Amino acid sequence: MAEDVLAPLAGKVLSVTVGVGDVVEEDDELLVLEAMKMETVVYAPADGTVSTIMAQVGQQVEEDDPLMTLG
Amino acid sequence: MAFFEQLGILAVTPGMVVMWLVALTLIYLAIGREYEPLLLLPIGFGVLVANLPLTGLMTPGEGLIWRFYHYGVEWEVIPPLIFLGLGAHTDFGPLLSQPRLIFLGAAAQGGVYATFFAAQAFGFTLQESATIGIIGGADGPTTIFLAAQLAPHLLGACAVAAYSYMALVPIIQPPIMRLLTTEQERKIRMKKARKVTAREKLWFPVTATIVILLLVPASAPLMAMFMLGNLFRESKVVERLTDTAQNALMNITTIFLGVAVGATMSADAFLRGDVIFIFGLGLAAFCVSTACGLLLAKLMNLFTNDKINPLVGAAGVSAVPMAARVAHKVGAEADKKNYLLMFAMGPNVSGVIGTVVAAGIFLTMLG
Repeated sequence: MAEDVLAPLAGKVLSVTVGVGDVVEEDDELLVLEAMKMETVVYAPADGTVSTIMAQVGQQVEEDDPLMTLG
Repeated sequence: MAFFEQLGILAVTPGMVVMWLVALTLIYLAIGREYEPLLLLPIGFGVLVANLPLTGLMTPGEGLIWRFYHYGVEWEVIPPLIFLGLGAHTDFGPLLSQPRLIFLGAAAQGGVYATFFAAQAFGFTLQESATIGIIGGADGPTTIFLAAQLAPHLLGACAVAAYSYMALVPIIQPPIMRLLTTEQERKIRMKKARKVTAREKLWFPVTATIVILLLVPASAPLMAMFMLGNLFRESKVVERLTDTAQNALMNITTIFLGVAVGATMSADAFLRGDVIFIFGLGLAAFCVSTACGLLLAKLMNLFTNDKINPLVGAAGVSAVPMAARVAHKVGAEADKKNYLLMFAMGPNVSGVIGTVVAAGIFLTMLG
């Protein structure tokens, strides 16, 4: 069951912690966004395997933009 | 002999030496601790040079920094220009998506008014009390704007207090926030806000200007510039002006403001018994404001199903965006997947408006 990870707020992608194929558990750190000069960590909404990563480092994302897919 | 009379070193007084230490402390806080360095650095240097004797820098009608102060601050030019830049930086989207949060920004001015009355009990005049109270808004330019008109002799101390407490928001606010909220309340996840259209954001500065200035005309210098800067930003057709207001103009005016404010702090003006009360009352104002924002959010929760995380109420003080970041961080301690930042920006930007309105009310009554 694929699940999109959505951006919780608008910001810039600072770093991506995981890679495609990584197995993650709920609440694991997935990537770091920078919003209003503050780092905000995005956590896994559920257990799964990272199947695709849409977010690229340096990219500006809007709230609710898909960042990656957990398969 | 004439040469010796011109030697500054022979005219140094003990008070000046104390002020050098104050200056060095401010410069240290700016460079070593990065506390509001953009302001505390020029302020600290201004304090230093104003307390070197015989330089004439603050001699009325002649001195270089006196001119900065007179034409920039006394003539009410620089604080409004800084507000132009702040307006160009401000996104009212979070406020427009949840207009009820504006009440939190208003509530967080509670400390301003409470301190206005408290300061009178300590023997300050009405004008002085208003100037001290406005520190609770944690808004530097507004404090300077009001002080220059109501109590110029307190300007330096009040400005330094306001900027210090702005820098200390991440230290002062969290204990109050934890004290007044339960773990359960800090975990409240707020419902996703609706999207705000570009048209709404465009109409806001114009409408808000009309409404606020019809009600509190005395807030016009700050409010008009604030909303003009915001209109630049949201119009999207004057990128060059937006950019200048946000960066070049703001930086230039910050230099003049900082040095001028620092230079008002001569030994006679600053080393007075009541300065300690100014810092104490200012801190109390700021704490009470924080508490009022939190408590109103809790009160609103009694009447609504769509719960507000009370932490965003603390962001009603106008230290933008520091107070919003603090609300976000304290919320994340309770629930790391709770993203309060954008919700907190609503009360935060309305807090700026609230502080300017408070200054306007004081000016109307006491100016």
